[in-house]
This record gives sequence, C-alpha cells and structure tokens, in this order.
Amino acid sequence: MLEIIDLSASVKGSPILNGLNLIIRKGKVHVLMGPNGAGKSTLANILAGHPAYEVTGGEVWFKGQNLLELEPEERACLGLFMSFQYPIEIPGVTNRQFLEDAMKALGKQGNIEKSMEALKIRKEFLDRSINEGFSGGEKKRNEILQMSLFQPDLAILDETDSGLDIDAMRIVAEGVNAMRTPENALLLITHYQRLLDYISPDYIHVMREGRIIQTGGAELAAILEEKGYA
Amino acid sequence: MAPILMSTDYKYGFVTNIESEVFPKGLSEETIRAISARKEEPEFLLKFRLKAFHKWQEMEEPTWPNVDYPPINYQEMSYYAEPKGKPKLESLDQVDPEILRTFEKLGIPLEEQKRLTNVAVDIVFDSVSLGTTFQKTLQEAGVVLCSMSEAVKKYPELVEKYLGTVVPIGDNFFAALNSAVFSDGSFVYVPKGVKCPIELSTYFRINEKETGQFERTLILAEEGSFVSYLEGCTAPAYNTNQLHAAVVELIAMDRSEIKYSTVQNWYAGDPKTGKGGIYNFVTKRGLAHTEAKISWTQVEVGAAITWKYPSCILKGDRSVGEFYSVALTNGKMQADTGTKMIHIGEGTKSTILSKGIAADESHNSYRGLVKMIPKAKHARNYTQCDSMLVGNRCSANTFPYIEAGNCTATIEHEASTSRMNEEQIFYLQTRGISKEDAISLIVNGFCKDVIKELPLEFAQEAQKLLSLKLENSVG
Repeated sequence: MLEIIDLSASVKGSPILNGLNLIIRKGKVHVLMGPNGAGKSTLANILAGHPAYEVTGGEVWFKGQNLLELEPEERACLGLFMSFQYPIEIPGVTNRQFLEDAMKALGKQGNIEKSMEALKIRKEFLDRSINEGFSGGEKKRNEILQMSLFQPDLAILDETDSGLDIDAMRIVAEGVNAMRTPENALLLITHYQRLLDYISPDYIHVMREGRIIQTGGAELAAILEEKGYA
Repeated sequence: MAPILMSTDYKYGFVTNIESEVFPKGLSEETIRAISARKEEPEFLLKFRLKAFHKWQEMEEPTWPNVDYPPINYQEMSYYAEPKGKPKLESLDQVDPEILRTFEKLGIPLEEQKRLTNVAVDIVFDSVSLGTTFQKTLQEAGVVLCSMSEAVKKYPELVEKYLGTVVPIGDNFFAALNSAVFSDGSFVYVPKGVKCPIELSTYFRINEKETGQFERTLILAEEGSFVSYLEGCTAPAYNTNQLHAAVVELIAMDRSEIKYSTVQNWYAGDPKTGKGGIYNFVTKRGLAHTEAKISWTQVEVGAAITWKYPSCILKGDRSVGEFYSVALTNGKMQADTGTKMIHIGEGTKSTILSKGIAADESHNSYRGLVKMIPKAKHARNYTQCDSMLVGNRCSANTFPYIEAGNCTATIEHEASTSRMNEEQIFYLQTRGISKEDAISLIVNGFCKDVIKELPLEFAQEAQKLLSLKLENSVG
C-alpha cells in the first residue's frame, strides 16, 4: 500500500532522514519505534505533506501514486490520515463545521454523533472550537474520532498514546481496533510498549538516525522493552 | 514562514476613461464658492461651508492616531470632479455607458440587481451621485433615498435643520474639511412608523487621480421607523495617495432603528512598497433618542490608512448602540479604527465587538471610548476586542478608554490575541480541506460574530473578500 524507497529529508538544512526504506502492507498494523530524535515524527509529517520539511532524495508511493507530488489535502483525499502528536487549536471554527467540511472534502458519509458516543465524547464537543482548551486526552480522542469518520486506507498515529491515562488509552485503542479491516493499514509511532498491550501489531520497525535499522514481528517489542534500543 | 508574496491582485484597480470636469487643484474660499455655485446651492449651505472652512484653517491635523504618513499638501489636490455630460437623475439609461460598464466590472450589474435583489442602489462616482434604482418601491413607502445634492434642492428645510447637528463642523480636522468642500453623498429619510421595505445601498468609487472624495451622508429615521443601509467602496490603483474624508450623520428618533453597514475595499497601495492607496479619514456618528437603536457594522479590508471611529451618542433613555467591526490589514496598510459610545440617557446599552486581523507588515489598532456621564444611571457596556496576527512582521494594538461617571454603570471589557499560522492550515489540509478553504475557514471563524450582522446578501461577499485578501499572506 505504501512504499518508501531510500527517502532522505532535512528541515532547515539539517538532515533528519537518511535513506529510509519501509513497506506498509494492506490489512497490517505496523509499529515504528525508536529513541528520541530518530526521525519518527519527521517521517509522519513528510508523509502527510508538511511544508517545513524538504525531501532531498528518494520516492514514496501510495496506492500507486507518487505521494511526494501531492498537496496535503490530495493525500488526504487519496486515503491517508495522520493523527497529530500535538493536535492544533483553531479558535472560532467549531468542530461541527470542521468535521462536516472535512467529510465533504473527503467524500465521506458517516454519523458524527454515533462515532462520538463510541469514543465517549460529550455532545457539547461539536459546538466548541477545534481543540481549543481541550485536555491532552480530549485532543487525542478528537484525532481518533476523525480517523473513524474519515475511514482512511492508511492511518499514521504519531504518539497518539503519549500523555493518555489508562482509561483514555483503552478508549483510543478500542477506536483503533474498531477500524482494523483487511483493507486498511496502520502505522503506529510510539515510544512505549504500553499501547501494544491493547493493539497487537503485525510488524515492528526500529528507527535510528533517520533510517530503519531493524524489522521484526510482535515479539520484537518485548525484546526492545527489555534491552532498549542499543 | 515562506516569504510573503504579492498580495492578491486588486481586481478593482482599473480606471474608467470618461471625460470628466475636474476643478483646478487647491483650496480657498473661491474653491468653496465655486463648488457651491456649481451645485446651485442655497445661501445657508454656502454659509455652512465657509464657516467650516474658516474653522478648518485654524485647526491642526491630528497626530494621535497610531499611523504614520507624510504630510498631506491640501493645495495639491482637486476638490471636485464630475463626469462630463452629467445626466439628469431620472433614468439610468442616460448614464454614460462607460460608467455603467465600470459598475459591471465591479460586480454590480444594476439591471440584474434591480430585478433579482431587494436592494436600492445609489452610486457616487467621484463626486456625483449617478442615480438611484428602486425609486418606485421607496416612493410607495414614503422613504427618500437620493443624492445629497438632490436633497438640498428638494428637502432644503430638512438638510438645514439636521446637517452638522451630530458631527458639528468643527468636530475634527477632517470633518471640518468635509463640511467645507463636500461634493455629494446620500440622503435618507424614513417617515414615522415606516419600516423601510428594502435594504438601501450606496456604492462609492473614486475614479480621478488627484481628486479627494468628500461625501456627506445624512440619514434621518423618524419615530418608530426602521432602515438598513449599506455602503460599498472601491477605487482604481494609482501610485499617488488619494484622500477620502467622508462624514456620515445618523439621527434615530424615539423608538426608531438605523442599521448602517460598510464594506470598504479601497485600493490599499502597493503591498510591497506601500506606494499609493487611499487615505480613509472618516467621521461617522449617530444620535439615538429615547429607546432608539443605532447599529454600525463595518468590514474594512482596504485603504492605505484608515482613521475611523463610527460612534453612537446614546442621548435618549434606554437607547442602544452597537458596533461590529472587522478590520483587516495586509501589505503595508495601517488602520486605527474603533468606536465611541457616549452614554447620556438612563439605562442605555452598548455593545462593541471588534475583530482585527493584521498580516504582512501592516499595523492594526483598535481605539475605543466608552463614556458614561453621571446622569447615565444603570448604563451598560460590553466590549470584546480580538486580534489575529498572520505572520510575524505585523502588529496589533488595543487602546481602550473607559470613563465611568457613575457607580451604577456596568462595563465589561474582554480582549484576546491569537495567531493564524502554517500549522493550523496544514492541520486542516491533512483533513482534505484545500489551503484556500482552510484560510477562509479560520478567518471566517474568527469574524463570524461580526459577519452575521451584515445583511445576508453582503455577508457572503464579505467572507470571500476576507479570505482572498489573506491568501498570499500565509506561509
């Protein structure tokens, strides 16, 4: 579904990705782990099309298209979704309008209130501004709500688990599991083993200094937990 | 932030090639006598003008606004221009087709407007009012909408009685100048108990290069009446500055209501060099009698410099004043705008909602006065001033002045500053929303409480205008 070939990228002139290769398969859950500064969030942002990152080499193919040529909104319409590590606050724009506009743009239909219920999001949420004054947990639940409404082919979750208490984590994990189908793929970026108690992955990739240095099955997480990224 | 590119082309920056008669440059008693004579004015008006001129000569240009511009040479501009072959005001068919084409370019196809919309339009092209549509509907209701020149001829006693009563001739430097040389403008009269059946609308356009525009508007709403009035403004793109010093006076008699809306999109000068553009130095004020209501709504997105404080004198008990404003500055624009709410009557109420958006290298200031005199018992004011910064080379300021003269008054003031940034736009883009739609969503979200006060047919236009203006200012 997604193929990253020899990808290099820099931000403000300093290289962050150095010839990264990764294949994400349909129907699978991939986990990307690695120490701070390995370039995990950079990779997520580049895939989503963030303008601050400069791709200096390599290719990315998503559903047969050259992803790097597309605007962020075109990538979204093609079925790519990123859950932000730090979801952005937008004062004055209500969640209701935002979700309706986004679903229209993406050509999706769905019952917003029903999806909210599943994630235990209160009704007032719709009339509040996007993420404004939200707690960390509320922001992350909003990301998962969007994911369940937009039904992406590939969802990248950038440290969605960080800053969540155990209940919020369980709710988020349920949301993620609910959208696993043989047609969808997930890329979870995480620091912790914790989330993997709730979501069982198919592949684990270890990233370091801008490239993938190790790939394995679910068992790799336990080894990493024990031995660290050394 | 990526370097900020040229602002969206100013689509109103064309000049219409029509022959016009322009007075020689310079200002003196002779100029004023000449204007008055050309307009065949009654004696009282000439006296009014001359008195104002003498006051103006003694006054100094204000320096307190938070704006910066080279001194204006008042002898280097012309004070009157009128299209040659001026039609009598009976039918639009007699208007120079070139001017009518201009209006089509501006997006106001008059014929269509007449048929499709419920708006009566009075158009001031340079100094002369060109004709009013929808006269029949208005006549049936007894409402008068005409040019100020026509009003002087047809309703001299009303003009004499009320002109200069809300904005006295010596009120301020620019109001005095306007009172001396005003060329034309609109006059509205709504009889007792009449609810004006349609929105009234004026369109101002400055066409000549070195002509100041000094329009004068007077709206009189008799007891228990209602009127909603909208003005729109554009000008060609010249690389010299043009002065627009208008005066608007509103008089709302007992239990009447006047709603005055402005969409101002004057040429703002070159966004990079700051060359050219309109100096928009305007005095607008309304007087509200018992239980009357005056509501100002403005969307200000143009002009090189804006200096403007639409105000309400809440003289009558339980009268109400409202000010809803969006002021957007980009390029090198400067705006110092806000309102004055003067509470005189008991139980008077005012609301101020101001939204300032500053982008590029512009400066955007809110300046507002809330004054409650000792006799204004139980007066109430609520003020909210929000600023949004786009980029990091612009500035936004708030200058609130509060004078509470009695202890029963309630005054609330809230202010906030936020920043529109690349991250917000990127976030929305990753949700499938295009960059243009993202900017529009953010800006209109910020301004929605003001926009919803505009007459419906103009709200959409205003929203489009706001997002267009910012498209190239964001990363």
